[in-house]
Amino acid sequence: MKPIESFEVPEPPKVNYINAQYGLKSWLLTRDHKRIALLYLGSITFFFFIGGLYALMIRLELLTPPGDFMQSTTYNKVFTQHGIIMIFFFLIPSIPATLGNFLIPMMIGAKDLAFPRINLLSWYIYLAGGVITIYALLAGGVDTGWTFYTPFSTTFSNSYVVAAGLGIFINGFSSILTGLNFIVTVHTMRAPGMTWFRLPLFVWSLYATSLVMILGTPVIAITILLLAFERLARVGIFDPALGGDPILFQHLFWFYSHPAVYIMILPSMGVISELIANFSRKNIFGYSFVAFSSLAIAVFGFLVWGHHLFVTSQSVYAGMIFSFLSFAVAIPSAIKVFNWTATLYKSSISYDTPMLFALGFIGLFTIGGMTGLFLASLAVDVHLSDTYFVVAHFHYIMVGGALMGYLGGLHYWWPKISGRMYPEGWGRFSALVIFVGFNLTFLPQFVAGYLGMPRRYHAYPPEFQVFNVLSTAGASILGFGMLIPAIYFVWSMRYGRHAEANPWHLPGLEWRTQSPPPTENFEVTPIVTWEAYEFAPAAETEVVGKFRPEMERI
Amino acid sequence: MQSWIPLVPDSASTFSWQVDALYFYLSGVTLFFSLLISAVLIFFVIRYRRRTPYEIPRPVAGSHKLETVWTVIPFLIAMTMFGWGARVYFTQYKTPADAVEVYVVGKQWMWKLQHATGQREINQLHVPVGRKIKLIMTSEDVIHDFFVPAFRTKADVVPGKYTTLWFEATTPGTYHLFCAEYCGMNHSGMIGSVIVMEPREFDNWLSGNTGSTTPAAAGQQLYQTLGCASCHGANGEGGRGPALAGVLGNETEIQGGGRVRVDDGYVRESILNPQAKLVAGFGPIMPTFQGQISEEQLMQLVAFIKSLHGAAQTQAPAAASPTQNQK
Repeated sequence: MKPIESFEVPEPPKVNYINAQYGLKSWLLTRDHKRIALLYLGSITFFFFIGGLYALMIRLELLTPPGDFMQSTTYNKVFTQHGIIMIFFFLIPSIPATLGNFLIPMMIGAKDLAFPRINLLSWYIYLAGGVITIYALLAGGVDTGWTFYTPFSTTFSNSYVVAAGLGIFINGFSSILTGLNFIVTVHTMRAPGMTWFRLPLFVWSLYATSLVMILGTPVIAITILLLAFERLARVGIFDPALGGDPILFQHLFWFYSHPAVYIMILPSMGVISELIANFSRKNIFGYSFVAFSSLAIAVFGFLVWGHHLFVTSQSVYAGMIFSFLSFAVAIPSAIKVFNWTATLYKSSISYDTPMLFALGFIGLFTIGGMTGLFLASLAVDVHLSDTYFVVAHFHYIMVGGALMGYLGGLHYWWPKISGRMYPEGWGRFSALVIFVGFNLTFLPQFVAGYLGMPRRYHAYPPEFQVFNVLSTAGASILGFGMLIPAIYFVWSMRYGRHAEANPWHLPGLEWRTQSPPPTENFEVTPIVTWEAYEFAPAAETEVVGKFRPEMERI
Repeated sequence: MQSWIPLVPDSASTFSWQVDALYFYLSGVTLFFSLLISAVLIFFVIRYRRRTPYEIPRPVAGSHKLETVWTVIPFLIAMTMFGWGARVYFTQYKTPADAVEVYVVGKQWMWKLQHATGQREINQLHVPVGRKIKLIMTSEDVIHDFFVPAFRTKADVVPGKYTTLWFEATTPGTYHLFCAEYCGMNHSGMIGSVIVMEPREFDNWLSGNTGSTTPAAAGQQLYQTLGCASCHGANGEGGRGPALAGVLGNETEIQGGGRVRVDDGYVRESILNPQAKLVAGFGPIMPTFQGQISEEQLMQLVAFIKSLHGAAQTQAPAAASPTQNQK
C-alpha cells in the first residue's frame, strides 16, 4: 500500500517558477501567485523587523520604573508605531498574502488565482501604503496609539496622524483585493473532483478570513477618512468641541478592528489544522465542525465590537449584550482546540519543527483564548481594561497564536516554496526558544495587569518592576529565537539540502507536484478522487467509528 | 497576605472582594482547562509518537456526540461567567442615590477635584471609610480614565459629557490613582493617590481645609453674573425660561414631543447648546454659553441648580458644613 509515494515526480526538476525567468523585471511584473507570495514574504519580513525593533525599545524602556531610556514623547511614538507596523503591515497580510497566495491555487489544483493582475496590484498597493507609513515615521512619527482615539488624534496630537492614517487607508485596499481574489478563486477555480468538503481546512479558514477582509476593511477606510476630515477641515464628527461624539469613533474603529483580530488568527488556525492532521498522518477529527467554526467566528466576530467599550459610559444594557456575544464567539474557537486534540488520538505524531510550532500554538492559544473570557466578563473587565492584562492577552493571541502558526506554516511549506530543506535541528531549537521566551515575556504581564499596571505608561510605580524585568528578559530570549529562523531560512536557500517533491509524504495536492513547482503549478490539471487528509485509499482502510456520509462526504 | 509576589492588589472598596472572587473563579477554570488540554496533548504526543516512518494510522471518524459535549459544556460554563460578571457590573455602574458627590475634571495631565463642601484637590482625593462617594467627571480636552486598582473600578472621563463612578471605601490607606486611557505626552504622569481615612479623621481634614466656597455657592455667584436669573428667576422659580428648582431627577416634556430625564448631563447640554432639547412651551431665546464657561464653572452651576429644592426653598446653599455630609 504505497498510495502517496506513487505521486512523486522524478527528481530533480530542471525548470521551476523561481528559475523560469531571470531579472528584476520578471519579478516586479510577475503575475505568478507564487512569485507574488515571495514579494510579500520579503516585504512583510522587512516590516516585522522594524516592528520588532520598536518592541525591543519598549522593553528596554520598561526595564526600570522611571522613564530614563527615552523621553515620553519618543516612547509614545515607539509603542504607537510598534502597533501600527505589526498589525497593519505584518500580522494582517502575513499568512494570507504569503502562504495563502502561494498555496490556495496549489491546494485546489489551479494554475493561479482568479485575478493574477489584481494580485500583483494588491502587492503594489501594500507597498504604497507601507512607503507612506514609513514616511510618516521618518518625518516625525505618530503618537496616538494604533487605536487613533479621538479627540486626541483629531485635535490634540502634534504628530503625523494623517500621513500614518493615509498609509493604513491605502493598505486596506490591498487587503480587500486579496480577499476578493481568494473568494472568487475558491468558488470558480477548484480542480475537477475538488468539492467544498474535500478542501484542505487551510482553504476554508482563508475563505472565512477573506469574507472579514472585504466586509470589514471598508469600515476602517471610512473611519480614517472621517478622522482626516475632522483633523484637516475641522468638520465636527468626533470632537465634542466641534459638536462631535468621541465615543462614536470607538464604535466605528472597533467595528473593523475587532474582526481584524480574526483576520490575524483565522489563517493561523487554518495552518494549525494542516499541521496537526499532516504531522500526525490522520484525517482531522470533525472536519465539518472545524470548517464551519471558521465561518461562525467570521460572522460572530462582527457582533462583539462593543466589548472594547465597557468603561466608556456605554449603556450597561449594551454592555450586557456585547458581553454575552463575546462569550458566544469563544465557543467555535474552543471547538477547534478540542478537535485538534482529538485528532492526535491514535495517530502517528512526528516531532518535526512545524509540529512543535503547532503544539505550542494550541497551548498558547488556549491561554490567550481563555484570558479573553476575563475581558468579556463585565465586572472583571472594568478592573482590567487598559491594563497590562489586556496587553498580555492579545499578545498571546497575536504572537502565541498568529505568529506561531505563521512560523509553523513557513517551516512546513518551505521545501515547496524554496525547493530546499531548512536545518531540522536548528528548527526545533528555535521553536523551543521562541516558546520559552514568549511565555517569559507575557505571563508576568497578566499578573502586573491585575495588580493595576496601566498600559501605555512610559514610567511606572516601582512595585511593578519585578514583572517588567521578567518581561524584558523574556523578550530578549524571544528576539534571539526569532533571529535563528531568519538566519537559517536565508542560509538554506543556498546551502540547504534539496527537497523532494513530497518530503513529508503527504496526500495534499500541493505535494503532488515538483518542489519548487513549475510556473503553472501542475503539468496536467489534477483530478481529485480523494478526501482531504486521506493517507490511504478509503477502500483499503479500516475506519475507527463510522463516517457519516451526509456530513463528511458532501 | 503579602507574599513576595502579590497576586491581587490592595483591597479597599466594597467591590474588591466581589471582583476578586469572580477573578479567582475565571482563573480556576482557565487553569483547569489549560492543564487538561496540555496534559492530554502531552500524553498523546508521547503515547502516539511516530514509530516507523510513513506509517499510516487508522482514520478515526468524527463523533456528533463528542462535538455536542464540547460545545454545550463550554457554553454553559461561559454563561456562568457571563451572569456573574453582569451582576457585579451592575453594582459597579449603578450609582446609589445617597452618595456624596465629588466633582472631577481631567485635563492633560492632571486631575482637578472638588468636594461638595468646597475643598479643592489636585491629583489627590481624600475619602472617608464607609460612605458612598459618587464622582461626577468630565474632561477639558481628551479622554482620560479614572482608575483606582484598589477599588477594582474605573470609568472613562469623556470630554463633552458627564460620566460617573461610585465606590465605598473599606480600608484606610493611600492607594494609586491612575489615568488608564492614553491621553498624550505625559499620560504616565497623570497619576495621583486616593487617601482613605477614618470618618472622624476625614471630617477633621475637611474642617482644616475650609476657606474655599462650595461648588453650589460658586454656582450661585455665576448664576447671577451670567444673567441666568433674569429669565430663570433669582431662585430658579422660572419666568421667560423654565423653572430650575427641584427639576433634577424628574422627567420633562421637550419641544417636538418626547420626554427627557433631567440629569447633570442634560443641564450641561442645555447651557452649552440650549436649542438641542428645549423644554416644551419655551422659545429658543437662550444664547449658548459654549466657550464662555469652563468645565469647573459648569459643574458649579449644576451643583447650584441641584441645591435648589422647589420654589419654597430660598436658603443660600453656602451654609453647608462638612458635617452635613455625614449620613
